[in-house]
Amino acid sequence: MQTKDMSMRKLLGLILYISFILLPIYWLLMMSFKTNEEILAQLTLWPQDFTFKNYITIFTDSTWYMGYVNSMIYVVLNTAITLTVALPAAYAFSRFKFVGDKHLFFWLLSNRMAPPAVFLLPFFQLYSSVGLFDTHLAVALAHCLFSIPLAVWILEGFMSGVPKEIDETAFIDGYSFGRFFIKIFLPMIRSGIGVTAFFSFMFSWVELLLARTLTSVDAKPISAIMTRTVGAAGIDWGLLAAAGVLTIIPGILVIWFVRNHVAKGFALGRV
Amino acid sequence: MTKLRNNKAWWLVLPMFVLVAFSAIIPLMTVVNYSVQDIFDQNTAYFVGVEWYQEVLRDTRLHDSLIRQFIFSFSVLVIEIPLGILIALLMPKTPNWKTSLVLILLALPLLIPWNVVGTIWQVFARGDIGLFGWAVNALGIDYNYTSNSLDAWLTVLLMDVWHWTPLVALLCYSGLRAIPNAYYQAAQIDRASRWAVFRYIQLPRLKSVLVIAVLLRFMDSFMIYTEPFVLTGGGPGNATTFLSQSLTQMAVGQFDLGPAAAFSLIYFLIVLLVSWLFFTTLTYEREDTAQYKAVQHNEGGS
Repeated sequence: MQTKDMSMRKLLGLILYISFILLPIYWLLMMSFKTNEEILAQLTLWPQDFTFKNYITIFTDSTWYMGYVNSMIYVVLNTAITLTVALPAAYAFSRFKFVGDKHLFFWLLSNRMAPPAVFLLPFFQLYSSVGLFDTHLAVALAHCLFSIPLAVWILEGFMSGVPKEIDETAFIDGYSFGRFFIKIFLPMIRSGIGVTAFFSFMFSWVELLLARTLTSVDAKPISAIMTRTVGAAGIDWGLLAAAGVLTIIPGILVIWFVRNHVAKGFALGRV
Repeated sequence: MTKLRNNKAWWLVLPMFVLVAFSAIIPLMTVVNYSVQDIFDQNTAYFVGVEWYQEVLRDTRLHDSLIRQFIFSFSVLVIEIPLGILIALLMPKTPNWKTSLVLILLALPLLIPWNVVGTIWQVFARGDIGLFGWAVNALGIDYNYTSNSLDAWLTVLLMDVWHWTPLVALLCYSGLRAIPNAYYQAAQIDRASRWAVFRYIQLPRLKSVLVIAVLLRFMDSFMIYTEPFVLTGGGPGNATTFLSQSLTQMAVGQFDLGPAAAFSLIYFLIVLLVSWLFFTTLTYEREDTAQYKAVQHNEGGS
């Protein structure tokens, strides 16, 4: 009887908290289906005058939808670069001792502690001088500074969970390092790779400061374009809400794929 | 795991090293360079030594913003860490579709671009068109985050709690999931109270994830920029102007390269220093933990 009471109270607490999370998102979603007149006229819990007008504006205006395309390009680029260089590095950290390994690892993590605002101006100048300004690659590389340390940290945790005997057996069986790494090792840590990809994707997708500073026209991300809704006639709330709702969708899709590994991944593979 | 000593492992690390060095060391050197020079144009620059550092350290606006930043970061930790632990304790333990659903709903705020988080709260907390602002006003509390600095500050804090508590909760949840059932059974035999189970079984086992949670939450809240920038723009007055925003104003707005660079380095050092302090104090009882782990290992083996 007592345990039943407990679980009821737990459930109630959880429901309360999840409503706290969902309510602001619900409000944004509802607003995206309203007209500006309705938003400003009275407070309604449900759109009285249901409209897709805001979404149609976004999908038919190339300056709007190109923002999503640009964001997707540099996010995918960032995830690909991060995984390519972080996988071998994490393997080295999890399997070998080498000169300066501890210092290197600490230096790597210290980059994660650098406020992006610190790197704003130097990044701008560096990428301008090598001709990368306003390209997707510039944003992807800038984001790598923050996603690679985390990726190496997570992957190292997952890789340390794989017994070393597996490597040794494979080498005795005549596998070359490259074949062993791709054919045997990577499939064994695929949940770790999934989680790492998720974190890289997530960081790059949500970041605004660097993405906005390093682009002007050709690679402008959606988060920078959203400021356009502030016009002479005030803020276009409906359009802003619709653009916001569309930015949430990729995140939901990505987390759906890694849902079974999320718990382990959030502990960086360390429990 | 015993690791082999092999310096050839550097070849595996090299691509990563080159890439991160390109993005980290060159810009950092640029910052250091700026911080000791007065630059007029491409060709004229004077070495000024520590002058910019002195100027920045004397700037009272920056003192205010540093104090605000510390109060904010500590409020964030004090609220989000206990709340995150509580949420993790409430979550269902059996893995099924309901648990997956709860996990996804919990992670939702983490996946929203930071400027959209600002937008969501900008709308949600407004007295005229937002549910939250409207409800608070309807309760008879005079609330307006665009004109009252306390309200603005509380709204930024609430937004951060909404945005980042799920990260703490998910970290703690994964820590709780790793506790073997035998521990709970032993506690049941000993008739341990709910509190005793939490204090002596769950909390110690959560320690490693809590270290990660505290560090991540401290670092990220100390660098907060986008969300308050969108929500309040740092105002009213300077009530919600945190360090990153002061820095961005200085570097991009006024283009004061020298002071901005000096400020950047001080800022970075503060983050490193406080993170290091947290890390060493939180992992201080290493010997206890080592013994604990040894005991636990024996139990697992038997």
